[in-house]
Amino acid sequence: MRPLAGLGRTAFYYTPLLIIGLAWEAMARTGILPPDLGPSPMQTIAALRLLYTDGDLVMHAGISFWREFAGFASSCVLGTAVGVGMARVDWVRTVFRPIVTFLYPMPKSALIPLLLLWFGIDHMSKIAAVFLGCLLPVVTSAFNGARGVEPQLIWSARSLGTSSTAILWKIVLPAALPDILSGVRIALSVSWLLLVSAELLISRSGLGFLISYTGESGDYSSMFAAILVVVSIGFLADRLFLHVIRWVLRYRDFTG
Amino acid sequence: MSAPAKEGRVPRWLVRYASPVAVLAAWELSVRLGLVDPFLLPALSSVLLRAAEEIATGDVLFHAWLTIYRAMAGFLAATALGVTIGVLTARNRYCRWFFEPLVSVGFPMPKIAFMAIFILWFGIGDASKIVMVTLTCIFPIISATYLGCSQVDRYLVWSARNMGTSERRVLWKVVLPASLPQILNGLQIAFPSALIVTVVTEMISSGGGLGGYMILAARFALSEKVFVGVVVIAVVGYALLTVFGHVRRHILAWHAESQMAI
Repeated sequence: MRPLAGLGRTAFYYTPLLIIGLAWEAMARTGILPPDLGPSPMQTIAALRLLYTDGDLVMHAGISFWREFAGFASSCVLGTAVGVGMARVDWVRTVFRPIVTFLYPMPKSALIPLLLLWFGIDHMSKIAAVFLGCLLPVVTSAFNGARGVEPQLIWSARSLGTSSTAILWKIVLPAALPDILSGVRIALSVSWLLLVSAELLISRSGLGFLISYTGESGDYSSMFAAILVVVSIGFLADRLFLHVIRWVLRYRDFTG
Repeated sequence: MSAPAKEGRVPRWLVRYASPVAVLAAWELSVRLGLVDPFLLPALSSVLLRAAEEIATGDVLFHAWLTIYRAMAGFLAATALGVTIGVLTARNRYCRWFFEPLVSVGFPMPKIAFMAIFILWFGIGDASKIVMVTLTCIFPIISATYLGCSQVDRYLVWSARNMGTSERRVLWKVVLPASLPQILNGLQIAFPSALIVTVVTEMISSGGGLGGYMILAARFALSEKVFVGVVVIAVVGYALLTVFGHVRRHILAWHAESQMAI
């Protein structure tokens, strides 16, 4: 009973989206929308099925996933290390804080042409874009989280003879985890955006390339299908990560 | 813990700027000493010289103006639309039913993917870029406005109504001012992405602007010009954010938030 009721509520919640889709389809069929504005929703879905069956979609999505994962994972590890280090060690803070402050207002997308010059048009430049896009949100949130750890917790552990390493792993990191995870959530959406932009701009593979390639060859149904995929992945990844956060932080109150 | 005694003698500004200056010096030196290829990393001095030249001819300033214009136009349109939708969503249940799922689906989407569609619909000129910026900025503004308006102290609204204030005046005189800090938070989150997205759209479709300037330089392998673009965009971003911070403090001068800062 319960899951069904939940499903019904979800369906009701997303009804406005369905209405927009149906209205669009109806306007396209009756000719109110001129066909040069692009394919109708049904045509887009047909093109999506075709892209999936001939394997293009899976291949490009796989390449994009690999780039996203490589840049994202390395950035999260390094960013957390730098952020926590800045909060805990004086000299690390002295060195990195001004750099972070200066880089923060910089629009990261401006670095894409530079990355293309440095790393060429294949995987490396895209991974670097993802890496740089993730870095600052993770560093600043890890810094804020690790700074906000209650000193009493650390003092009590220390007075009980806990080593600095154990304090870091058992107290500072768990206490900073909510902040780190919400920084990682921002990083996830920023990096997907930067990856798709970089692939749209100059690339020979990946979902962004699929959009620009199909668009340039005039196959607008496939272009809309590729855009639908990119946008859905962004949305689903965020939702999935939100569930991961809730699950990881189930031992404490978390509303996000 | 012993650091403050030592730092006491070193002037604060020196500590503050030491590491960026060290990075810049290392950049210049590594090129001068031939450690890195000046094509991949032109010396800081040559980048600055080139920037001075480009500013003198007015070339880069023209592109910077285009970028600022597009970013501001899109941002202002998003502010007007976003605050309106946010207020409607908070105060009218039918609007909430309609817009809430749209916002929750649209917020985490990588909106830049729609650029190809906007080019198809609006052409490669300013319109597609400005629409793209508006679409990117509108979601944080809607959700911040919605949150702000739905958290307004109920007693304020009740007292105003009790004294016979019309609904319209309650909105303008009570609800909007009370939720202003949150609305400004939303604007502050949306603002940097306006610039980020403007630059990307300029890289994707031609029509000048700093993004177009840089991607053209990268295609012709003029690495100094690419760096000039990076420097100018950084300066523009920093300047706009500073102005935004001042405006926020000015608008919220009456609010507890500003009193706390003093």
